[in-house]
Amino acid sequence: MIRDIRSADRRSTVLWGLLIVATAFTWAVGEGGAGGPVIAALLLGVALLKGAAVILDFMALARAPLLWKLLTLGWLALVCALIGLAYWKGMP
Amino acid sequence: MDATTTVALAPAPPPERHDARLAGDLAIWIFILAELLAFGVFFAAYAFARANDPALFAAEQLALNRSAGAINTVLLLTASYFVVRAVHAAEAGRGHRGARWLLAALGCAAGFVAIKLAEYAAAFEAGISLSSSTFHMFYLSLTFFHFMHVLLGMVILGALWVNARRGRYDADNMNGIESGAAYWHMVDLVWLVLFPLVYVIR
Repeated sequence: MIRDIRSADRRSTVLWGLLIVATAFTWAVGEGGAGGPVIAALLLGVALLKGAAVILDFMALARAPLLWKLLTLGWLALVCALIGLAYWKGMP
Repeated sequence: MDATTTVALAPAPPPERHDARLAGDLAIWIFILAELLAFGVFFAAYAFARANDPALFAAEQLALNRSAGAINTVLLLTASYFVVRAVHAAEAGRGHRGARWLLAALGCAAGFVAIKLAEYAAAFEAGISLSSSTFHMFYLSLTFFHFMHVLLGMVILGALWVNARRGRYDADNMNGIESGAAYWHMVDLVWLVLFPLVYVIR
C-alpha cells in the first residue's frame, strides 16, 4: 500500500505543478489584455483541463463509480459550454 | 505429497481488484453537488448578463486586480495539493504528518482570505459597490459567495487538523478526512472557473 501512496503522491505533485503553470498562463493572457472568441475558447479549455485534473485526481473521482465522474465532469463541461454559448451570444 | 506440491496445485489468488469507491461519505457529496449547481447557475447568470453589455463588462473588468486573483488561484490550488498529501499520509498510517500538511493548507487558505479582504478594501475605496454597475454587482456577489465557502472550508480544515493531530485517521478510518477534503476541493474547483470568467475572459 505504501508503494501505491508514493506514486499517488508523485502524480499529485506533478499535477499541482502543471496547475500552477496553467494559472500563470491564464494570468499572463489577462495581463496582455487580449480578448475575442479564440482567446475565450482557449481560457475555457484551460479551465476545463484544470477542473478535470482536480476532479479526477485531487477529489479521487478517477477511482469513483462512473455516476459520480459523469455528475462532476458533466457539471464542469456544462458550465464551460454555457459560458461559451453566452460569449458567442454577446458577440457583435 | 508434501506442502509445496499442494500449494502449487492451489489456484492463484485473484489479482487484488480496487473496486470503484467514492472518497468521503454520500451526504457530503450530495451537498457538494448542490453547491456546484448553485455556482453553475451563478456563472451562467454572469455570462448571459455579460452578453447583454460586453463593452461595459470588458471596461470594468480591466480595473480588477488580476494579480490578486491569480495569486489566490495558486493559494487555493496549493492548499488543495496539501490536503491531498494529508489524505495520502493518513492512508499510509502517518496521521501526524497529515496534520502538518493540513496546517500548511490552512496557511494557504488564510493567505487567500487576507488577499481577498485587501482586494475588497481597495475596491470599496475606489467606489465599487453592489449598485455601482451590473458588472460590479456580479463581481462582488459572486466572489463574496465563494469567499463564504472558503471560510467554511477553513473551519472544516481546522477540524480535520485537530483530529489528525489526535491520530484519528488511518487506512481504516478515512471517511472523515476524505469528506472534508472533498469539500475543500470543491471550493478550489469552482474558483478555477470563476477566476478566468470574471477576471480574464473579455
